[in-house]
Amino acid sequence: MDVLALLADGFATSLSPLNLMIVIIGVTAGLFIGAMPGLGSVNGVAIVLPLTFIVPPSSAIILLAAIYYGAMYGGAISSILLGIPGASTAVATTFDGRPMAQQGKAGLALIAAAVASFVGGTISIVLFTLFAAPLANVALAFGPAEEFALVLLAFTTFVGLGGDDKLKTIVMICLGLVLSTVGLDLISGQPRLIFGDIPGFYAGISFLVLAIGVYGVGEVLYTIETSKTAPQVTPARITWRELGNGLREMNRLWKAMSIGSFLGFFVGMLPAAGATPASLMAYGIARQTSKNPKSFGKGNIEGVAAPETANNAASTGSLLPMLTLGIPGSPTTALLLGGMVMWGLVPGPMLFIEEPDFVWGLISSLYTANFAAVAINIALIPIFVWALRMPFTVLCAIVLVLCIVGGFAPSQKMHDVWLIAGFGVAGYLLRKADYPLAPLVLALVLGPLMEKSFRQTLIAEQGNVLAFVERPLSGSFIAIALLFFALPLIKSLRRTGSRGVAPAE
Amino acid sequence: MAHTFTRRVVLAMTASAAMVAGSVTTALAEGWKPQKPVEMVIMAGQGGGADRLARLFQSIIQKEGLSNMPMLPVNKGGGSGAEALRYLKDKSGDAHVIMATLNSYYTTPLRTDIGVDIAEFTPVARMAEDTFLLWVNADSGITTLDEYVAAVKAEGTGWKMGGTGTGQEDSLVTAMIEGAFDIKMTYVPFQGGGEVAKNLIGNHVNSTVNNPSEALGFYKAGKAVPLVAFTPERLAAFPDVPTARELGHDIVYAMQRSFVAPPGMPQEAVDYYTAMFEKVSQSEEWKTYVAESALMPAFLTGDDLQAYFLAERDKHAKILETIEAGS
Repeated sequence: MDVLALLADGFATSLSPLNLMIVIIGVTAGLFIGAMPGLGSVNGVAIVLPLTFIVPPSSAIILLAAIYYGAMYGGAISSILLGIPGASTAVATTFDGRPMAQQGKAGLALIAAAVASFVGGTISIVLFTLFAAPLANVALAFGPAEEFALVLLAFTTFVGLGGDDKLKTIVMICLGLVLSTVGLDLISGQPRLIFGDIPGFYAGISFLVLAIGVYGVGEVLYTIETSKTAPQVTPARITWRELGNGLREMNRLWKAMSIGSFLGFFVGMLPAAGATPASLMAYGIARQTSKNPKSFGKGNIEGVAAPETANNAASTGSLLPMLTLGIPGSPTTALLLGGMVMWGLVPGPMLFIEEPDFVWGLISSLYTANFAAVAINIALIPIFVWALRMPFTVLCAIVLVLCIVGGFAPSQKMHDVWLIAGFGVAGYLLRKADYPLAPLVLALVLGPLMEKSFRQTLIAEQGNVLAFVERPLSGSFIAIALLFFALPLIKSLRRTGSRGVAPAE
Repeated sequence: MAHTFTRRVVLAMTASAAMVAGSVTTALAEGWKPQKPVEMVIMAGQGGGADRLARLFQSIIQKEGLSNMPMLPVNKGGGSGAEALRYLKDKSGDAHVIMATLNSYYTTPLRTDIGVDIAEFTPVARMAEDTFLLWVNADSGITTLDEYVAAVKAEGTGWKMGGTGTGQEDSLVTAMIEGAFDIKMTYVPFQGGGEVAKNLIGNHVNSTVNNPSEALGFYKAGKAVPLVAFTPERLAAFPDVPTARELGHDIVYAMQRSFVAPPGMPQEAVDYYTAMFEKVSQSEEWKTYVAESALMPAFLTGDDLQAYFLAERDKHAKILETIEAGS
């Protein structure tokens, strides 16, 4: 169809020397912004937005998109190397990325992250190119009831698994949900759980603050204790030859990466969701469907690939409602949207018809940005890994400093730094008591979305709880959620029932 | 490393702003000039309408070289702007902080006791008033206000009105509509104006009171229909849409987009920023934006602006009272 012709025109724009240079600069800058704990694509885009007046709009949006992409790749770097999530979208990457680094496989984890990001990005751009218009209608069909059902589905992927102690998982989810209610309530406008009247709690507890606390600080405390007797971190080094071998290993990951790509694109496309829930859900589902779920959280490479594919796929996916409906799917796309408005472009259903040069220039630049990002990222891996060869006593101090800076930078409030310290100690103790931390973090991300959509539905439907199952989309999501929840039960029943008969799998 | 990058960008911004600035700034203010980058506090989080507008101002100031120092936007959206208001109060006398406001400038101190009296703040400039229209989905077939009211009445209390958080502008306008027509709607709060518009088009709510900029894309595509404008005069961008006043209902509500400064800012500094924003209000970019987003340009400064703020605060206190009495 003429989609290809339009795309070819787009490439003519995005491959001009100026735009190509912009992509490379943007991707590199984004990579470092993303790698810095606390700074994510939102900050990168916000900083550069006013500068984009110097260049024409099509180049400007390309620069912003390149930074956006670069930051998505970069987020994985500190998640893997230091155990501090580089951005909220990369929290799920720490679950298995950090254990891999501790086993001396940091290089392999970084390669997996880069390749996964590339695959996720590329698949979702192709989906975007081919189906942008019809998919916009899917996003429209998603009301509060459907959002709730989707979030419920995300939770069950975490609970419904035999790997961890189920009761402990549920306890942690409940704790996360309680934390997620702190702050100003959207529906009533009243503050909740502000501990007397501590102003810092009005804004709620930021998800990144919790993640940096329990993973970054908690991890340092835990490592200090365990390494008293023997140094636990295996020094990592990587040669170009190993890099090549690592790349060849990636074809084993096709399953985790296809889960991440499609799930990421789909969840990212829904307004209000975005890349963070997408990456957590992809992690949960990859674990749920894995042959060896118990190895997740202990350095399974699939646990790195799934969330990294998903967060890149989601970041492309969230451009879709922004361009076709004028609704940002994430804070970063909200800023991009602001940029478009400044350039006099009205996002919405007519944008594809009125401004084809702009739209297709942007889409084609996503392809080039993706190629640039993966190349630059892989080339830099030996340098990143080299940083891990610092003695632990030095590294440990650097990690703590980065945690504090990363917690302070987004909000510029000391309140968040104290919270990080508190969460760090709590995270350390919970870990010693063998409580899983991932469900806690998941609940804080998805909790507000779940509560909001649940209450919106009940308000709109005048308190009719059946509204959730009556609607076809949300009804089927809830059915799948129940199935996920019951799956391990059915599996174990079948195992006991079919003993002596041929194994089921 | 990213930190150095950030600083470098700020330096580059400073340099480029200073280069372009040159001639204009000397003409603008002979006396006082900012000595360091100016913090532009935003009463809302990143990505919302208020944030986008503040960043538009920042880029116009920079592009036109209206300040010798860069403007640095800082989001302090916590507690519906309570955080920003407290921050500004604590910066008393500071000449390098300004704040972009919206209507939570009045409602937040009225609704929650945060120890801030906006009468103490220094008014700088009101740039525009954002407008509100009543929207329905084109599929509904409703084209006039009368049909709308009839349709709402037919639903009993089941008519779904989507809007931003309770106590924010959309809910105030909704309360005014309910009062004027003696109807009761089910108000469904959403996170932001864009999400509200999307839920209208997806048929998850029946009507909204979106700002024009939020619904413009859908309007152009023929998916959203404006029924009535809550403005004193008809809007140039929507010449066929009657105002509520024309139809005999006195519902007028606007969202102000202004800049204020901390209590006790030195007068020379106030003069500098006022002159700077006057230049902004005359720039081509701003005029284009105002026309496209159907804003009402309403430049106002000094004592007149303070009087306007205080009058608006009283008006909001009354609306909030009726809402609380009603619930």
